[in-house]
Amino acid sequence: MTNEELKNNITQVFSAVTFDETGEFLNVIIPSEELLPFMKVLRSTKEFNFDYLFCLTCVDWKDHLMMVYFLNSKTHNHTIVVKAKITDTINPQIESVYDIWKTAELNEDEVFDLFGVKFLNHPNLRRIFLEEDWVGYPLRKNYVDEHMIEL
Amino acid sequence: MLLGEEDCINEEGEFVINIGPQHPSTHGVLRLKVWLDGETIKKVEPHLGYIHRSIEKMSESFSYRQFIYITSRMDYLSAHMNNQACALVVEKALQVEVPARAQAIRIILCELSRLSSHILWFASAGLDLGGVTPFFYAFREREAINSIMEETCGARLTQNFMVPGGVITDLQPDFPKRIKEVLKQFKDNYHEYNEILIGNVIFQNRMMDVGVLTKEDAIALGCTGPVARASGLSCDIRKLYPYDGYEKLKFDEILVTGGDSWARCQVRMAEMLQSVNIIEQLIDNIPEGEFVAKTKNVLKLPKGEFYQRVETARGELGVYIVSDGSATPYRCKYRSPNFANLSAIPHISKGHKIGDLIAIMATIDLIIPDIDR
Repeated sequence: MTNEELKNNITQVFSAVTFDETGEFLNVIIPSEELLPFMKVLRSTKEFNFDYLFCLTCVDWKDHLMMVYFLNSKTHNHTIVVKAKITDTINPQIESVYDIWKTAELNEDEVFDLFGVKFLNHPNLRRIFLEEDWVGYPLRKNYVDEHMIEL
Repeated sequence: MLLGEEDCINEEGEFVINIGPQHPSTHGVLRLKVWLDGETIKKVEPHLGYIHRSIEKMSESFSYRQFIYITSRMDYLSAHMNNQACALVVEKALQVEVPARAQAIRIILCELSRLSSHILWFASAGLDLGGVTPFFYAFREREAINSIMEETCGARLTQNFMVPGGVITDLQPDFPKRIKEVLKQFKDNYHEYNEILIGNVIFQNRMMDVGVLTKEDAIALGCTGPVARASGLSCDIRKLYPYDGYEKLKFDEILVTGGDSWARCQVRMAEMLQSVNIIEQLIDNIPEGEFVAKTKNVLKLPKGEFYQRVETARGELGVYIVSDGSATPYRCKYRSPNFANLSAIPHISKGHKIGDLIAIMATIDLIIPDIDR
């Protein structure tokens, strides 16, 4: 499907989404509470069939966190980027997509470790790189560390 | 988290042991916590972070010329491809046209390091399964390739040769001659690889039907590179999303349908020949001209998000840059191929014996610095 067709078909299924077409891919921005039902539709509907989650990350915009999911369909070869905004930066949480794509397990562990986003219903949420008693989340913009050197 | 706090045997009678972080078969500092019933594997849990350097955080404070160099330290056997991905994402954002000569040089060096990486895989796969001789056979060719890298780039492993707009310097005059010597040496010796390790019945029996990864699981687990192509999944970025002139070259994407460790061996052995094929197409036809496009001294990417993927020796490397219009990236994420391929290990090693776990790890071919970043 082309970006235009994807856009039309997604609007028919979910009306609460907004689009951003400035980048290379079609960006879909969705409220974080609706992420899981939306992702389930993208995976299970035959016309979309987004079976390949090839990148999962998070961006800290200081006043909110933005989860970013890059999805591709191996059968139809179309790509979209789903973004979910988390406004609570003190105690951020979002549903895990592990049930839909197994590759999310380690990726979500990484985001939890470096951004502090808690994934609900994740099978084994742990600090994957840092020690369990590490204070703070290094990829946050407000992270300070006594070992950091100002360049 | 660490063992020793409670008994190594849990309530269900399972024996819990650590493989690594200093075990030679983990190819670096990876620790696998393994739950065993007798010798049969019940569960594997990878523990990471022993060489986590937070390259993504460091990249946020480097300029767009500097951040390329640190990526050589991620997948050190695919250093050229890592640098190329970063150079390409900057070029895409600034819409810089790369000269044809630079593209040809990039492809030759990338294929050379893919060849060198697969040769090292051959060496270590033999070593993991107890055969020391293949290691010396393989290092004979790898040493010759590393010498070319040293003559051309000044470094043997962390070459740092790609810059935004092209390559850092022109080729030395006898580069084509040296490449032809190495390729001839490799082609003359390739049959020895098959004779000593790949054609060995003991090796084949250790590999066949061990660690079967189905195509559906390969997609769901995000596997790419030779691991996924051994399961019949077409995922070569050079074919699907060509970059730097790969669309003009004739080469095959190697697809095998077995999905077991043996299939992964076959894919890598065949890909070595494809890399040789690509280099041979280019080596006599390197276009004349500039080796780097003119760019500003201080690069500032326009506001927005940019994603670029390349095929490294181990799969799909993605560089995702969020720019706020300043001279440094606002957020820089590396989608590393090894991190995704690692999640296949717990999945496919269930039910196998502990010796087979070593065979599986040998054919998944992990590079730990790329996982930890």
